Amino acid sequence: MAEKQYDWAAIAKNPKFVELHHKKSAFLFGWWIFSTVYYFLLPIGAAYAPGLFKVKVIGVINFGYVFALSQFFVSWGLAHYYAHVANKDFDRLTRELVDELK
Amino acid sequence: MKKLIAAFTLALSLGALAYAAEPAKAPAAPGAPAAMTAPAASPTAPAVAAPSATPAAPAATPAPAAPLKKEIKANKVITIGMFAVIIAITMSVVVWAAKRTKTAADFYAAGGGITGTQNGWAIAGDYMSAASFLGISGMISLYGYDGFMYSVGWLVAYITVLLIVAEPCRNAGKYTLGDILSFRTEPKPVRAVAAISTVAVSTFYLTAQMVGAGKLMALLVGVPYKTAIIGVGILMIGYVVFGGMTATTWVQIIKAGLLMSGAFLLSVLVMAKAGFNPIGFFSDIVNSPNIQDHVSKLLLKDGITMTGTDAGQRFLEPALFMKAPLDQISLGMALVLGTAGMPHILMRFFTVPTAQAARKSVIIAMWIIGGFYVLTTLLGFGAAINVTPQVISSVDAGGNMATLLLAQQLGSDISPIVGDIFLAFLCSVAFATILAVVSGLVLAASAAIAHDIYVNVIKDGHADQHEQVMAARVTSLCVGAVGIVIGIAAEKQNVAHLVALAFAVASSGNLPVVVMSLFWRKFNTAGVISGLLVGTIASIGLVMVSPNMTYPKTVAAGAKKIVAAMEKKQAALPPGATLDEKDLKALDKARKDYETNKDGKSILGLDAPILKLKNPGIFSIPLGFLAAIIGTLAFPSRRSEEMFDEIYVRQNTGIGMAKAIDH
Repeated sequence: MAEKQYDWAAIAKNPKFVELHHKKSAFLFGWWIFSTVYYFLLPIGAAYAPGLFKVKVIGVINFGYVFALSQFFVSWGLAHYYAHVANKDFDRLTRELVDELK
Repeated sequence: MKKLIAAFTLALSLGALAYAAEPAKAPAAPGAPAAMTAPAASPTAPAVAAPSATPAAPAATPAPAAPLKKEIKANKVITIGMFAVIIAITMSVVVWAAKRTKTAADFYAAGGGITGTQNGWAIAGDYMSAASFLGISGMISLYGYDGFMYSVGWLVAYITVLLIVAEPCRNAGKYTLGDILSFRTEPKPVRAVAAISTVAVSTFYLTAQMVGAGKLMALLVGVPYKTAIIGVGILMIGYVVFGGMTATTWVQIIKAGLLMSGAFLLSVLVMAKAGFNPIGFFSDIVNSPNIQDHVSKLLLKDGITMTGTDAGQRFLEPALFMKAPLDQISLGMALVLGTAGMPHILMRFFTVPTAQAARKSVIIAMWIIGGFYVLTTLLGFGAAINVTPQVISSVDAGGNMATLLLAQQLGSDISPIVGDIFLAFLCSVAFATILAVVSGLVLAASAAIAHDIYVNVIKDGHADQHEQVMAARVTSLCVGAVGIVIGIAAEKQNVAHLVALAFAVASSGNLPVVVMSLFWRKFNTAGVISGLLVGTIASIGLVMVSPNMTYPKTVAAGAKKIVAAMEKKQAALPPGATLDEKDLKALDKARKDYETNKDGKSILGLDAPILKLKNPGIFSIPLGFLAAIIGTLAFPSRRSEEMFDEIYVRQNTGIGMAKAIDH
């Protein structure tokens, strides 16, 4: 299989790649930390702030239930937000970079 | 060297067996479901709970309000019929897939020809074990809020998969964990160690699944345990050996479809009972006298008195079950980081053609998995309202039969035959679930042995396609056969902690080195090896000294308490009267337990656990990361640093990826 030889070090210094790398790293690690912190608030809160979890919000449904349910929506929301940004920004930068290398 | 590696791998598989050979834990805490560690993490919960809970039953459940003795026996004809339909459909998929499986890429990665949507369903099918299906809803039906809270981590784990590993693995990987890790390191030692950790994780998980499968089938359809294991094992071998990744993928997709339809249908019935009014549904929980009574009894054990709607409301609040917050946090860490380090999940990303498809597949999987857990809440609470916690725990102390009892009851409300059909349908969902999960595990373990060890370490990568596929098939057959043997051997053993252990190894061993390979320039051979070994050994070692093991002295202490209680009861009786037969038996058994256990020591010769946590993640994960960092810095490698640009560009952009697919 004839494989095109790439100069990886040169690509790594390409401004397009540097831009991609900066944007992506900031996004990925930033949001990963957010989602992890948000998740651990659940077991930590349940253990150390049970009073808050007992507060009734709608009828007999309490804050703890709403908070646990919100974890699902936050995860789904974040997944879609990531897909949106990746499809729009990261994929575009990648395509431009690949075109430049042709 | 080669022999050494082969021997080590073998030893490790056997190690899992010996590990599982840890005697089934005697019920130390009466009333505690046997599936305590990771009630849901373990599909084996029905398994473990059923046998070990029996002796404790008299002590554990003195008098549930009205212990309606209820049996769960599926209608054999209908259930076996549905099983046959599932077997027929999946086998025709295998025949179709076998024709398409010609190269190693076909076998391990379905030729990269799975679409994002298909892969999303397959990931969900690969991931959701019978534990999710039966265990979590059971936990909710008995402990309310805590069960729901427990399910959250299983979805949030996919954020790590989505953001950190899915696309880079697609871009930089090929078939296995070893491919990613050996990219810029010394391939042979790294592949060997990666294969060992993959085989370890898969064997732990597989053992738990096989034992659970055997027990579940025995309980539901009355098939003897061994027959069930051999049957499941043969099907699993058939799927993987002949159909490779293509067949495994479709079995997983079919299973996910069945699982979602079952959960959805049952949820609709539950909501129909509540008049499709969510707020009314929750009021029903709080106002159910059975739930109130159940919660009162649970709280009484902690010396708290609470009755009426207060007790009902308490069912919707945390800490009826999870009383060790640190353990939950530790398990959460293992889930959030371990899912992304599970070899059978990582492998799924090599089956799609592009990073975009990998991304899409995770998002679809997240909707299916998350949606399923939200429905599970309805099933769990629905079972608590309609079946009642008393009945559920009388059938199985761990609550694992809640969903099935619910299906039987809601179906029978329509007409008895509908109840039978519905129960049979859910049993076949459980059956399909087991098949899908074990197939994925066998495939991952075989890929590690055949691709990493045989082709790349022993044959130096010089093997033609025919030989590679042959090696993969033979290995799958062997791995499957070992799975059957371990499954049979571990029948009487306590395997509940093995799933938690698999996640601990994946999060402490695999995940740190995968992340560092992809993102850290200095990372090198020494880092991979020390990270993987320390992470894996620390997880296993910490579990060996944790409360998951059996400590005979603790068992003896528990037995002594029962003896004392029974003797007190006898003393309180009018002279001449004796204890009834049930109590006498319990007394006799407790005395024997005390005698046999009073001088015993745990498998490592301990009197009591050193580590108080059941989930070692909180210690083993930092250890894994630390070892990888120290190893890297202690033995710097210029070559690894120079090659970082290549892997970093590849993983971000997918440039040069075609090579990874059709090489």
